[in-house]
Amino acid sequence: MNKILKYVIVDIVRNKIVLIYTFLLLLISLSVFNLESSATKGLLSLLNIILILIPLICIIFSTIYIYNSAEFIELLVSQPLKRKSIWISLFGGLTSSLCLAFFVGAGIPILIYHADLTGIMMIATGLSLTIVFVSIAMLAAGMTRDKAKGIGLSIFLWLFFSLIFDALVLFFLFQFQDYPLERVMVFLSFLNPIDLSRIQILLQMDISALMGYTGAIFREFFGNGFGIMFSFVGLLLWAVISLLFSLRRFNKQDL
Amino acid sequence: MITVTNLTKRFSKLIALNNISLSFPKGECVALLGPNGCGKTTLIKSILGMVLPDSGEIEFNNQSISGKWLYRNQIGYMPQIGRYPENMTISNVFDMMKDMRKDNKGVLDEELIEQFGLNKLMNKRMHTLSGGTRQKVSAALAFLFNPDVLILDEPTAGLDPVSSESLKDKIIKEKRNGKLILITSHVLSELDDLVTEVFYIEEGKLAFHKKLIDLKTETGELKLSKAVAKIMLAQ
Amino acid sequence: MRNLFFALLGVFSVVFHANAKVISVGKSKQFTSIQKAIDFSKNGDTVMVFPGLYKEGNIIIQKSITLLGRGYPVLDGENKYAIISIKAKNALVKGLKLQHTGRSEIRDLGAIMVYDSDSVSVINNILDDTNFGVYVQNSKKCTIKGNSITAYGKDEVQSGNGIHCWHSDSLTIIGNKIKGHRDGLYFEFVKNSLIEKNISTMNVRYGIHFMFSNQNTYIANVFERNGSGVAVMYSKKIHMYKNHFLNNWGDAAYGILLKDITDSDISGNFFTENTVGLHMEGCSRIKLSRNTFNNNGWAVKIQASCDNNDLTKNNFTGNTFDIGTNGSLVLNTFNGNYWDKYEGYDLQRDNIGDIPYHPVSMYSMIIDSNPAALMLFRSLIVTLLDKTEKILPGVTPENLKDNKPVMKKLPL
Repeated sequence: MNKILKYVIVDIVRNKIVLIYTFLLLLISLSVFNLESSATKGLLSLLNIILILIPLICIIFSTIYIYNSAEFIELLVSQPLKRKSIWISLFGGLTSSLCLAFFVGAGIPILIYHADLTGIMMIATGLSLTIVFVSIAMLAAGMTRDKAKGIGLSIFLWLFFSLIFDALVLFFLFQFQDYPLERVMVFLSFLNPIDLSRIQILLQMDISALMGYTGAIFREFFGNGFGIMFSFVGLLLWAVISLLFSLRRFNKQDL
Repeated sequence: MITVTNLTKRFSKLIALNNISLSFPKGECVALLGPNGCGKTTLIKSILGMVLPDSGEIEFNNQSISGKWLYRNQIGYMPQIGRYPENMTISNVFDMMKDMRKDNKGVLDEELIEQFGLNKLMNKRMHTLSGGTRQKVSAALAFLFNPDVLILDEPTAGLDPVSSESLKDKIIKEKRNGKLILITSHVLSELDDLVTEVFYIEEGKLAFHKKLIDLKTETGELKLSKAVAKIMLAQ
Repeated sequence: MRNLFFALLGVFSVVFHANAKVISVGKSKQFTSIQKAIDFSKNGDTVMVFPGLYKEGNIIIQKSITLLGRGYPVLDGENKYAIISIKAKNALVKGLKLQHTGRSEIRDLGAIMVYDSDSVSVINNILDDTNFGVYVQNSKKCTIKGNSITAYGKDEVQSGNGIHCWHSDSLTIIGNKIKGHRDGLYFEFVKNSLIEKNISTMNVRYGIHFMFSNQNTYIANVFERNGSGVAVMYSKKIHMYKNHFLNNWGDAAYGILLKDITDSDISGNFFTENTVGLHMEGCSRIKLSRNTFNNNGWAVKIQASCDNNDLTKNNFTGNTFDIGTNGSLVLNTFNGNYWDKYEGYDLQRDNIGDIPYHPVSMYSMIIDSNPAALMLFRSLIVTLLDKTEKILPGVTPENLKDNKPVMKKLPL
């Protein structure tokens, strides 16, 4: 398994897109920190990039990579290797190289300009989002053998998690404005990994405002370390469950 | 050595393999023949575990292959179209495969690498190679680990005549070493000197299975292609 | 004239003290009971209390004497009594440790109760586990200085206030540290007073709470981590300078809540990490300048019931929302403030932004009507909504704007 992982990583790292992605992130982070009037504002601008760009790049790159590796996967499957090892190695290769790209491109600038708890939390959520969206991409790529459909599905999933889901929640909030919704809101946030990550950052940056929200559940949940822990567990579940489902599909897939 | 029993495989509407049963004994060179889309490749892929059958059983050395993977240590596979990680050089690919099959303690058989002149191309990246060169890499890889079974899917397609001949010689040599060799090909003329048995598959079913000698004597033809054509017309 | 007065006062006190004597209280001293010593004393005497534990119930002072502790003798109220009651002129209580006052549903019991007095001073005492700490009623010109007042209140009903002043005039309250009461400082009908450099923290309800108290001045006090921050109501002509309002979190917690406050000046204060830094309702003619609002949920919430208030030259940095409001009526002015969220430009390079800044974001108004929506803050959909609103204002009050936002943070 480690051997496959090694070759996947070497292959991805050689891929120019990951390099371009790293430099793009580096360029954005550095310019954001240098152009904004304060490091905190820079961090805020970076937040949007992390929440939007990272899922997008990760899901599309991973989907395309899986499709482009179809023959390579085929070659591997014909070798005395377990399918599970192959799939997990692909996942491992994608996550580790994309995480590395994120860390070099965004993590290091954050550490240079804003090395406090908020910054570290930002890096942690960026890394988690990378892992989760690679997982989701692998699931999407396993859904259909048609590359165009698969990429379409990925883009839709990205759009869903970054925009449509929240729009629906907002709509829902106004429809049921007269009901106590705090419990539901906490629950809903777990249905979207981007929301989970966003709330992690909210807990760091906007805790003063969050605490203004009436509601014991909310405060209990987010007012202490448990909220952070649970959110990360939620993100972990997203990654693990998507990966397991994709693995199940891959195990039954004809190549 | 390989026994297939009542194997069925569907791809949505298409029935690729329809309750097919056959067995390939050791030391033979078997030709899998049949029209396009008859299920040859599906059968090969089923044996390799790349396609998972809907029903039926495949045994390798009397052991079911379902869920197993180690048995593939004894198989060398040359796919119809060999594609490899684009950014790797040929030597990377060989090193990778050697690395992954390290458990296989046999002596490496690098004869084909030499014969194909791949040594000189070792530092070329895969995406710069022509289709023929890729085929050479695939062939060299299939033989590299001295496996007991060789599965060659359209081995000579895209190869230049010289290489094609070297490959044929190699196949004959390995057959003599007592290995089971499975070949699919459209170009029947190439198989004349190689195969000992012929399996003809049509619409997912075994149409006939004969030894090459029997086939030739039965039909009175010297060429495999003509013999097959004759028998198919007769049916 | 004024100097002459002080000079005379000095002469008087020297004369006064010529006759004054020191009465010692303590084991193997002249007196063992403080109350007996006080009863024995005459105006101008000093009752010197030496270290020890004194359980005498309620000690009453009705003379112009000094009650002075040496090495912090402990006066214990045994959870039953008010400890010292003063009804006098020119009395001074200093250097005592007062602990365990009683609690009563009927009467207010405190460590030091000052009734109907004049020029009483309470200085450098340590008050521990008190219901009320210092309680001043119907008095004037009293000084409460340098006391450390600690209680362990858990709910509003069971605890009293740290420094409680009712119907008094010209008080001076300086440098006290108050902790764990219901309200740290409480004023009702108090006027012309100076409240300076006090630190009021972790009180169950408010750090400071005043009502109907006009013409008071608050300088350089610190109000931190109080249950509901600070609330001041129904008062006019108050002056607040350089106070710190910190870390007051909760759905009803405010750095400071101003309700029906008029004709006042609030300048140079720091509002940091509060759910709402400054909340105003029914306020008029308040001048808010040179304040710093940093890292609050809402820097300022200004209800539509406020008018003629003026926010000038304040710094707004790192707040989740700069201004919140509940209506479209705007009768207040914003001018020359620094807003870190301002995205305009300054072509003339005069440090004044060329386009006005609208400090109310659409989403803050959505949250105002639907608090649960806060959970979606900073999501793509919300950012898009806010940007759309900036281009085509529809929900946010159009007149609420700063026409001359400054480009650089003001040095405050």
